[in-house]
Formats: sequence, C-alpha cells, structure tokens
Amino acid sequence: MHVCQRCVSFLLSRTLSAALQQSTRALHQRSHLMLLRHSTRQPLVHTLSQRHSRETWRHFTDHQAASPDVHNKIDLAQKEVVPLNSDVHRISSQVSLSDSQSIDLDAVVRPSPLQEISEEEAVQIQVPSALPPESSTLRPYVDKSETLSKLVQLGVNLWELEQRPNVGSMLVRLDFHADVAPRLLFLKDLGVEESKLGRLLTKNPFILTESLDNLEARVAYLKSKKFSKQSVAAMVSKAPYLLNFSVERLDNRLGFFQKQLGLSAEKTRDVVTRLPRLLCASLEPIKENLKVCELEFGFRGNEIQHIVTTVPKVLTTNKRKLTQIFDFVHNTMDVPHSLIAKFPQILNAKFLRIRERHLFLEYLGRAQYQPSQPNYISLDRLVFLPDDVFCSEVALATLEDFEKFQKTL
Amino acid sequence: MTTQAIRLFRKMDGLFAVYKPQGVHWKHVRDSIESSLLKALNSCPPPAPQLAVQFQLLSSGENSSSKDLVLSPSMLPTLADHPLVTGPQFHKVHVGVGHRLDAFSSGVLVLGVGKRNGVLEHLCKSHVTRDYTLEGEFGKATDNFTDTGRVLEKTTYDHVTQDKLERVLAMIQGANQKALITYSQVDLRTQEAYELAVKGLLYPHGKSPPILTGLRCINFNPPHFTLEVQCVNETQKYLRKLIHEVGLELRTSAVCSGVRRTRDGPFKVENALTRQHWTADSIIQAIAHFRKTTRKIRKSGMYRQTAGQLSTDVQEQTRSQTGHSEQINELHVELSNPTSDTVVDRETPVTVTEGNTKH
Repeated sequence: MHVCQRCVSFLLSRTLSAALQQSTRALHQRSHLMLLRHSTRQPLVHTLSQRHSRETWRHFTDHQAASPDVHNKIDLAQKEVVPLNSDVHRISSQVSLSDSQSIDLDAVVRPSPLQEISEEEAVQIQVPSALPPESSTLRPYVDKSETLSKLVQLGVNLWELEQRPNVGSMLVRLDFHADVAPRLLFLKDLGVEESKLGRLLTKNPFILTESLDNLEARVAYLKSKKFSKQSVAAMVSKAPYLLNFSVERLDNRLGFFQKQLGLSAEKTRDVVTRLPRLLCASLEPIKENLKVCELEFGFRGNEIQHIVTTVPKVLTTNKRKLTQIFDFVHNTMDVPHSLIAKFPQILNAKFLRIRERHLFLEYLGRAQYQPSQPNYISLDRLVFLPDDVFCSEVALATLEDFEKFQKTL
Repeated sequence: MTTQAIRLFRKMDGLFAVYKPQGVHWKHVRDSIESSLLKALNSCPPPAPQLAVQFQLLSSGENSSSKDLVLSPSMLPTLADHPLVTGPQFHKVHVGVGHRLDAFSSGVLVLGVGKRNGVLEHLCKSHVTRDYTLEGEFGKATDNFTDTGRVLEKTTYDHVTQDKLERVLAMIQGANQKALITYSQVDLRTQEAYELAVKGLLYPHGKSPPILTGLRCINFNPPHFTLEVQCVNETQKYLRKLIHEVGLELRTSAVCSGVRRTRDGPFKVENALTRQHWTADSIIQAIAHFRKTTRKIRKSGMYRQTAGQLSTDVQEQTRSQTGHSEQINELHVELSNPTSDTVVDRETPVTVTEGNTKH
C-alpha cells in the first residue's frame, strides 16, 4: 500500500510555510540538486573525496528515510552523486593543471552562514521537508498530520486501516476541521459514546467521506420508522456501515423482514436493534437460512418467529453448521421440535461442546432432556454453563473425569 | 533489552502433544493454537515509546496574570510508536505438525513451536510406532469404510465369535511380521538379526507400506468390537480399510466408527492437552514437561545423520544394513531408560515364532 504522492503533497503544503510552497514533486529533486551544485562550485572543497561527499549526502538522506520502506526516490538521488563527483574530480584536476601551483587546502572557500546574500538567492533556498513522499505505512506522517494524530488519540487503529487498499491515502488527504470534525460532532449528537467512536471509525473509515446531508437523511428515515434515539445510536455503534447505505436499501430490508417473518412492527424494530447487521448484509443467505429452517428442519411458522425473536443470529449463521447442530440435537439427542424452539440458544452454540457434554451425560446415564420426567436437564444449562459449574452441578462429576472422558472420544 | 513479550516468546520453543477432537481438520487445530499463542504475546505491554522534542504553546509559568503563550520545548512520546499505529508486536509464531490426523480421526497430535520445529522432522524419521484404538461395527459396508458413508451392502454377523475374530487377527499379524522382516532388509539367519528380532527392534528401512507391529482385540460385543493396533508408516484410511478386511475375512462386512490415536512415539494420551487447555500457559507447561523427550529425539536425529554418512562406504548391502541397524540398536539401548518415555515401542509382542497373543 502506498500513500500516494499527491496526498502527501497536500500534507507537505500544510506543514511548510507559504513562502516555500511551490511545486510538489520538483521541490525535492531541485533542492537536492541545488545544494549539490553549490558544493561543486568550489573544487577545492573537502568534497574531493568521494567517500566524504557520500557521507554528507547520507546524513542528508537519513533525515528523510524516517520509514523503513522508502521508495526508489532516494536511490535515484544517490546515483546522481557518482557522475557529479567525477565532475568534481575533473574540475579539480583541471584547476590543479591550470594553476600549476600548490593547492592551499587551508584557504578553503566556503559560504559562511553570516555572509549576506541577495534576495533572489534567499528566495531560492529550499528547505526540504523531512516527510517521505511515499510510504507503505502511516508512521512517518502521524506526528505531522493533525488529522492522523487526533484519530490516534480517539482510538482509531491506524495499523488495521492501512492494511486496507487506498484507505491510508484517503486518511492522509482528509482535513480535520473541514471533514472529520463535523462528522464526529454529528455522531456525538446522535448519541454514540466517545469510547465507541474509535472502534466505529476503525471498522468504517468511509463514514468520514459520506456527505453530511445523506447521513442526516438516513437518520431522519430511521427516526420516521419510530426507532428511538438510543436505539439508533446503538445500531450505528454495532453496525458501523449502517449509515453508508441508501434510504431505499434500508427501506427494502426492513420491509423484507417484516413481510417474511410476519412480525409486528414493534418486534421487527426490536430484532433489528439487537442485530443491525441484518440491514447491512445481503438477503440471499438469510432467505436460504429461513428456507432451511422451514423445509429441512420442519419448524412451523410461529416456531420460526419465536426462534428469530429470541436469537436473531440464527438468520446469519453458516447453513452447514446450523444443519450439523440441529441434526445432532434432534436425531442423536432425541429432542423434539417444540423443545428446541423453546431453547433456540442451542442452535447458536459450538457443536463440539454440545457433542462432548451430551456424550458425557450419556456415559453417566444422566442424559435426560424431557421436562416431564425427573432429573431433567434443560438445553440452555447444558450448553451455557462454564465447564466446572457444568461438571459439579449438572453432571455431578469432577472436572478431571470430564477431561479423561474427552480423551476417549 | 528483553521485554516481557520477548521473554514469553523465548519460552515457546519445543514439542508438545494435543488431543485433536473428531470432525476437525488438523489445520484448524494448528491455526487456533497459533492464534492463542499470538494473543498471549500481543497482550504483553509494548515497549516504551521514543521521546521527541516538540514545541508547544504553553503559558509562561511564573506570572499567572500574563496571558501570552510562549513556544516552549518539551519531550513528548512520539505518536509513531503508539501501538495503534505500529500494530501488534508479533505477527507469526511458527507452529508445525508432526504425523497428521485426518478429520474423521481423533487423538494425539504432536505439534512443535519455534525453532524446535526441526525436531519434528527427526521424529518423523525416527523409529517410532503409533498406537491406535479402532472401533468397528459388523453388519454393513460403506464406500469410505466409515459408518457415515453411503451404505453399499448389509450382511448378517451372527456366526462371528470371538474365537474366529482372534484367529483372523493372528493371521493378519503373521503376515505383517513377515512384511516387517522383509522390509527391514535383515537376514534372519545371522545372530545379530535374531537378537534384534527377539528384542523387538526390527524396523522397516526406506519406503515401506503400512506395517502393523501389534494387533489385538480389546472388546467384543457383536456388532461392536474394538481393536488395538501398533503400526508404522500408516494412514488412517488404511486402518479403516483394515477393519473392512477383517470383516471380509470373517465372511461378513464391517465399518469403522472411530479411529483414535493413543500414542505417537513417546507422546502419550495422558499428557495431551484437551481443548480447554489450548492456552499459552498450558502449552508452555507441556513444552517444559516434554523437554527431555525433545532433546532425546534431537540427539538421536543428529546421531542418525552422522551414522548414515559413516556407513556409505560399505560394499555389501546386507552387511551395511545390519551394521546400520546395530549402531541404531546401540543408540536405542542407550536411550531406553527405565522411565516411561522411550523412543522404542516396548509393547511389541515378541512374535518371531508364534502369532497368538495372550494378554
């Protein structure tokens, strides 16, 4: 990932003073060449030795190579040193031949810092910026850029964002006062807590480039559908991409859920507030999951409604995993549909956990899942208790026994 | 300057064993162990950020009445070293896998972390056997030899008794012993070869098909039965096919309902880590527990490499092979301590002459 040069030029133009602001790319090359030419005007200078000149040059370029992966630019400049040094040698040899005198090395002609120079020369002095024009990380720019340092202080994970293509360039290009601040204030007005802003921006940096009118229109639409202020804030925190979707798409989704599930408006709002990802994701997997529940599993309509209102995540889980869990619970553990619909959290649990615990209970003779009979174990206690509590209360065995049993599976 | 993270990283260096659950691909096991190690490493506090001189507009200190802001220098931490900008300290931990287990099987899976991953190679080449427990069921035959496959035929199994099963197993074991002797390229008429065979130190050299060095029936409740197998160069599919062949020999059919590896060389099931213990602390403890075994494997691997170089000049093929096996035999005698961790499998039934095993 490269932070592109044009973006960095925006940065440079803001950090350098207005007097030095001229071209963007030529700035560097010209400055290097200017200083070199200054040095080659005096052939008797200590730049006679190649090594010395290269050292001064390296000192110069070290200043620039703040990041580890600097582009070829620096290499190009170093290659220029070699032919220029040969010029120096030629000039020096010419001078020595023409003068035919002993060269007095003490009489070094060097521009003194206190020497007065003309106005034109003063204007032509370019101070090169310490920022590299291209970089694959945001590290060299963070201290110099107001936007980036404020984002880091908010808690935005810049490292994660720079792995995504083009996001780094976009962030460097942003202006804090014009772009970022109004949107942050908008989110704060919406009710999003400041501690959650960092995570939100890390997941969705494109909220900073979405126009404010669109954002406000979408929030107005959600409020018109009678979502309360706190629920809108909660939805935006949980699903950071929510406000990047158009009003038509949100409308389409809400309509789909209300029609397909056959729920009242109140319940649809509740489901969507708890899992706002439903409004962002595509509808095809959700439709497939619903079909699987109806046809493969054989749940009735009202059972599906109850499952979705209790555990909305069932709509977005992997179809294969859902089938595996249901197959085990219904066929191997012999739990009827009604009981599964009563405890739909079991469809959300890890399959290996259900399998190991059930087989342990079966080995002990305590696998009793019918509520009508004694020693009944409810499905949510089977799955959601931590291991030690499960062993002591449900299985009435020690944790070591459970581990030994796991190793026999 | 060693930080806490670097000290923790240096401890993650060695071999340990993990109990792989059934139905999980071995790559997922390796990935989840790597991510839990990385999580522990990245939760250590990061190194202190570098300080840099920055000029800030601060009000001049003494007179609080004057409101003029003065540019004053101060040493502040650079944001370029902030963890949100640099990212996590560790991106990768080298975790390697020894003998692999396919998704249907469960059992002991040896993993290596850090630089000691090279020892895994020595383990694979060394003369170690593996212990399996195979669960079988008479009455049906499927396309992939497991009970979850497509059923191809169903048969009766009332005529099968434990006696008949034992006889079939003895026959299979005899055939495998013959194969072992052939592939170990040892002339059994020599005294040294006889002594090796008596001690149970014969091992196939070079490429060989799967050979069972031990086979017995633990449990017999028709239609279910359980076999215990010690083998070399095997794959789990071969073991499932073995169950199918046992069924065929008994004039019925059988499928395999479980393959469980209980031992891989010196790594036994008692010391394998279950899923709750796949955390950095337990893994480091297990590495410390297996440190001596790891060193033995590494030393035996290095010895075998030098022994291989020494024996290249010998002319006669058999003499070189017996000489080779003698050197390794001496090494094994050195290594086999009275403790339970031995590189050599001691439970091989001594069956040079007879095939009946009594336990």
